[in-house]
Amino acid sequence: MADQVLDVKGLNCPLPILRARKALNALPGGATLQVLATDPGAVRDFEAFCRTTGNQLVASEAQGGVFSFVIRRGG
Amino acid sequence: MAGTAAPNAKRMSLIVSKGTLDWAYPPFILATTAAAMGMEVAMFFTFYGLGLLRKKLDLGVSTLGNPAMAMPLMGMHMHMPNLVAALPGADAMATAMMKRLIQKKGVASIEELRQLAIESEVRIIACQMTMDLFEFRREDMIDGPEIGGAATFIEHAAKSEINLYI
Repeated sequence: MADQVLDVKGLNCPLPILRARKALNALPGGATLQVLATDPGAVRDFEAFCRTTGNQLVASEAQGGVFSFVIRRGG
Repeated sequence: MAGTAAPNAKRMSLIVSKGTLDWAYPPFILATTAAAMGMEVAMFFTFYGLGLLRKKLDLGVSTLGNPAMAMPLMGMHMHMPNLVAALPGADAMATAMMKRLIQKKGVASIEELRQLAIESEVRIIACQMTMDLFEFRREDMIDGPEIGGAATFIEHAAKSEINLYI
């Protein structure tokens, strides 16, 4: 279980990334955030976001049209 | 979302020169995303782009001279010939269609993206010359922008890894 869950289903680019950034800022280093999204572009975007920002993409999966990302906040 | 840019953060600079609903999206989407990715971002609003800093936005699109624009309609895509696009009411219809799509597809409004840009400490510069030229008053514009000229922008652009003109 992630420390926090963020539901951005139905929202389009760039809102999933912007909401995730905001949620991550409120978490301590090492904590995890699960993001639930329906924007297919979010799959590549969260990979790029994590590579650039020093956060870790722990899991990325799709089920029934919903994408789930687990991000561990960098130190 | 404030304060994510580190002192040694990479920088991005954007010139925002267009003020229609469709052209307002790329600069705000890229600026807010870059800020979310830790970059230090500056947007320079000049000419028609300056209108995007008005308190009250009433943005529209024009199909006239916009030949690649196609709206999804009943499973197809509708293009509008310039001859039809020039008729009264064509722009209002295209604007209404786009606003419906924006809402239906979960795309943020320009007002929302603009607010997110301010919250994420994107540096917003309003072009002084354009304000004089088009007689924009400071009180008609949102709080937050600094007023500056080309040199103010270029100082930031000269230190930027990414420079965009939109």
